[in-house]
Amino acid sequence: MSYDVLVIGGGPAGLSAAINAHARGKSVLVVSNPLEENPLWRSEKVDNYLGLPAMTGAELLTAFQKHAESAGATFKVGRVLNAAMMGNEWYVSIGSDVEEARTVVLAAGVARGNKFPGEEEFLGRGVSYCATCDGMLYRERPVAVLGWADSARQEADFLTSIGCQVSFFEKPKTCEIKGDKTVESVTCDGKTVQADCVFILRPAMPPTDLFPGLSMDGGFVAVNRQMATNLPGLFAAGDCTGGPLQVSKAAGEGLIAGQSAARWIDKKQRENQ
Amino acid sequence: MGLQHMKTSEFDAAVSAAPLAMIDFWASWCGPCKMLSPTIEALAGQYDGKVLVGKVNVDEEPDLARQFGVMSIPTVVFLKNGREFDRKVGLMPADAFTAVLDENL
Repeated sequence: MSYDVLVIGGGPAGLSAAINAHARGKSVLVVSNPLEENPLWRSEKVDNYLGLPAMTGAELLTAFQKHAESAGATFKVGRVLNAAMMGNEWYVSIGSDVEEARTVVLAAGVARGNKFPGEEEFLGRGVSYCATCDGMLYRERPVAVLGWADSARQEADFLTSIGCQVSFFEKPKTCEIKGDKTVESVTCDGKTVQADCVFILRPAMPPTDLFPGLSMDGGFVAVNRQMATNLPGLFAAGDCTGGPLQVSKAAGEGLIAGQSAARWIDKKQRENQ
Repeated sequence: MGLQHMKTSEFDAAVSAAPLAMIDFWASWCGPCKMLSPTIEALAGQYDGKVLVGKVNVDEEPDLARQFGVMSIPTVVFLKNGREFDRKVGLMPADAFTAVLDENL
């Protein structure tokens, strides 16, 4: 089915966008990593969220998600790999699935575009961001998984289950991917392993990799007061649009983005009548 | 002719006979491949009679995927009379493919 609004990210910005778009009668799908993988989950005390002092990040996130769920938003756990506008719809791929929506709210937090040496050079020639997509091409062969979350461990287990010989690097700091025509090895934090493919599973893809042509400003997604980006039907909210990286700011921006997405859909509908 | 779903047994003969061919390597477990699919279908219609547009399921035809050194899907390979001259890896808009086709028609 096609949704009115697809929200990428299940933090304060994304959930606020979901609640506000849903309140305007729009169908909403929230795609996010598991809640516990949100950086806010580990925050021991958030003391500047108005009216709710001294909450932990986990308490806030749990309450936010419960609110969005009870409001009627649909949830899907997974990492968004690609997004593209075709016709008048956004198509978003999550692992082996594709979802459709008329608008997208990008609220995936800070995903810096810093890449490892060799990563860009060998993309598609032994560097992959999708274990479910490309794993089968490397059965019986050595692969490396660079993972930053529990879900990356699960993807490594999937690769092992289909017969890949997996070396797992947990949250490596510095890596270098080497090879000739294709990837041959990867070195992370001083340890080198042979690998025909290196799966790089970061918590989120950098915005410009997800959305080719997206305008940035100082490393963050460029938005206007309506939280609209330069791409039609794409809005952004929260940490991905810049600081301060705080819950109140994210929730406020999410509200605007959700309402703007709803308004955008209504406007398109009027134009088509 | 339209979009061809190609098998290993018929592949070599078909692409050798085609002055220009564009082959999409894909699999059902791959989300980006599903997203690319409508674009490939549209191009098969648009270039009907001029370009052989085909799809190879790497799950069903692993030998072809190996022969072409497909390392990530979707991969779209361009051939002239069976000889590869260009390839595009990953999800891309239609004009990335039409640019190669138009230049080589």
